[in-house]
Amino acid sequence: MLDDFFIRALLAGLGVAIVTGPLGCFVIWRRLSYFGDTLAHSALLGVTLAYTMEFNIAFSVFIISSLIALILIQLQKRTNLPGDALLGLLAHSSLAVGLVVIGFLTFIRFDIMGLLFGDILAVTVDDLLIIWIGGPLILLVLKLIWKPLFASTVNYELAEAEGLNPDRAKAIFTVLMAGIIAISIKMVGLLLITGMLIIPAAMARNISDSPKKMVVYSIIGGLLSVILGLFSSLEFNTSSGPSIIAAALFLFILSLLNIKQSIKLKN
Amino acid sequence: MNSNKNVLVKLKQAGFRINDKWLVKGVTLQIEKGKIVTLIGPNGSGKSTTAKIALGIYKKIDGEVEKYTNKIGYVPQKISIDWTLPLRVNDFMTLTENLNEETINEALSLTGVIHLKGKNLGDLSGGEFQRVLLARAISKKPDLLVLDEPVQGVDFTGEIALYELIKKISDELNCGILLISHDLHTVMSATDHVVCLNGHVCCSGTPIDVAKNNEYKALFGEQASQILTRYEHRHDHIHTNEGEIKKN
Repeated sequence: MLDDFFIRALLAGLGVAIVTGPLGCFVIWRRLSYFGDTLAHSALLGVTLAYTMEFNIAFSVFIISSLIALILIQLQKRTNLPGDALLGLLAHSSLAVGLVVIGFLTFIRFDIMGLLFGDILAVTVDDLLIIWIGGPLILLVLKLIWKPLFASTVNYELAEAEGLNPDRAKAIFTVLMAGIIAISIKMVGLLLITGMLIIPAAMARNISDSPKKMVVYSIIGGLLSVILGLFSSLEFNTSSGPSIIAAALFLFILSLLNIKQSIKLKN
Repeated sequence: MNSNKNVLVKLKQAGFRINDKWLVKGVTLQIEKGKIVTLIGPNGSGKSTTAKIALGIYKKIDGEVEKYTNKIGYVPQKISIDWTLPLRVNDFMTLTENLNEETINEALSLTGVIHLKGKNLGDLSGGEFQRVLLARAISKKPDLLVLDEPVQGVDFTGEIALYELIKKISDELNCGILLISHDLHTVMSATDHVVCLNGHVCCSGTPIDVAKNNEYKALFGEQASQILTRYEHRHDHIHTNEGEIKKN
């Protein structure tokens, strides 16, 4: 069964969607969408590193993204620049450095398009292993830090005062973000990872009235996006990563219609 | 080590500054089980800062803080809930600790907001939200309650009822309370120890001692010192930003 490239793609996509669902909720709640972007951009550097040193791609992307996240936290402490400026600085400079390094690596033929937009159809059994071991691991850790992370998302001082150690939760969450980007980069590519994090969660926000419901709907939305996106990419012969994101957008629009209907019913 | 096992938090000459500006300086106080300590003082006198030092929210401080408990309930002065979070009262109650249904209901009933349990936090009025905040803080049966203007925006009758509730909780749970308030007349009578702040400790002691103190009179006016005998507080002066007092 795993011999079929389409089945592998489907399993990879579903594995990623289960993890991006809850993480994406936190990205929205904590207003981190540009932070996700920054980590994704820096992932290019990780990919080039993997090619030069002959590392595993997911592993080296994880290392570089975590490193960039740590640099960001340090810069926030040491400079007076606003957070979005620092994110922009890191996102674009790490992307640029990544591209420059690729220029030097003339001996390797790079599939830049594949890197930017993902190539889920080229997913191997090894990639599947990484997704289905790494993914549940990320979810497990997220479950462990859920209380302090969620409490500090609602109110930092409340969490700190009542002894929940929000700084540690935030640091761990940052590493989890690097983790999901590392395992999903091959699938959706570095330009579209943030879309996978944000769009299903945004869709879920439109139709939920409690945090737990939002997480569940976000996961379901992600799974549906993957199934819908992959089958339509097969049908219409479009690239798979963008098709998944487009499917997520379609679900988001549907969730807006749902709201309008319920308002009509109320009136 | 802790010489008195009833002590929950101890501040010794504690102070906090941002760059070179002191928010508060040289505060010494201690909170014990079953006792209510009240911080009073004009705006910007460092009341909330002192509370945050005691809670350990501010870490780079001058002086010393010794905390002997981690079971803390906190009602912050300001809290803004983001619309991006779909959060009902029920979800908010279990924010920092898992509680069973019964405990949640009991706490919400005590502060008179049980009917709001399923409502979205963003739809509450200021006074309702304040009651929910208080319910959340007491529901976990803490050793130490830190209440930063807990009844702001609550209607007058509710205000008195909530202060009575706070007093009752202090007795029943035998927990220590650090209370910050502007409402001198309601607060002072229920308090065991008053600390009057104005960037530093102006005076402290029992409510009666403090009311007699000259610095306290200078800060709040002659009228304020009579609040313990007369139940009427007429404001005949305004406080300027520098903490000075102008007669009307």
